[in-house]
Amino acid sequence: MERIPILRMGDYLLVTIQVDMHDRLAMALQDDLTARIAKTGAQGVLIDISSLEIVDSFIGRIISNISGMSRILDAHTVIVGMQPAVAITLVELGLTLPGVLTALDVEKGMALLRRLVDVPEEGDDEDNAEF
Amino acid sequence: MRNSETLPLTNESDIIFARREVRSRGSEIGLSLVDVTKLVTACSELARNTVVYGGGGTVTIEPLSNGVRKGLRLIFEDQGPGIADLNLALTDGYTSGSGMGLGLSGARRLCNEFEIVSVVGQGTKVTVAKWK
Repeated sequence: MERIPILRMGDYLLVTIQVDMHDRLAMALQDDLTARIAKTGAQGVLIDISSLEIVDSFIGRIISNISGMSRILDAHTVIVGMQPAVAITLVELGLTLPGVLTALDVEKGMALLRRLVDVPEEGDDEDNAEF
Repeated sequence: MRNSETLPLTNESDIIFARREVRSRGSEIGLSLVDVTKLVTACSELARNTVVYGGGGTVTIEPLSNGVRKGLRLIFEDQGPGIADLNLALTDGYTSGSGMGLGLSGARRLCNEFEIVSVVGQGTKVTVAKWK
């Protein structure tokens, strides 16, 4: 079966959705991603949806699920690159994706993940300047 | 202007094909990107209902013209179990299945016109339209 590739980069998992997703493909991504988080101990997941031309309630639910499941598995998920027309449509549809972290683009998304993941421990002076 | 066409809706691939067709026809008549996105999203919700709850059916795509205004009408028909309580089915968050319960109510918000006729034991017909 067709699968969406999941790339690993250090503590992060990266996913770029480049195809018009049918429901089973979205479900497979949810299963694959949670399995990969558990297996690799990844702390952050970045999902780029800039190629997605629509997000309907099904895809919206999968995005919420991935976000919630990753949190339980001690990882943060950030969705990046949503097209403005998709955002307008989502809100009108009634989906505001509560609890889902978003960023405008990949760069901002990675910056957000780094802040969430690399929280300095107390007494650790190295990174404290940032906070 | 292209003619009406009727497409089958029996599986997930049909939903994707219907979405693509609605997108290309919506762009053709000059709907804005936001309106095309809304109509395609409504199409996706209603087509999924037809496949999942209606046991399969069809979608008919009809071009509309009212003077200089142009639009697109989508008619989803199935011969499935029908919906007993339409008011309940149109309530945000109500679902008889595993969805989020936003399909019907959301599709209604995304289009300019919305009509639903359902007879228990005979099937459901949902008509939506988007005008330029």
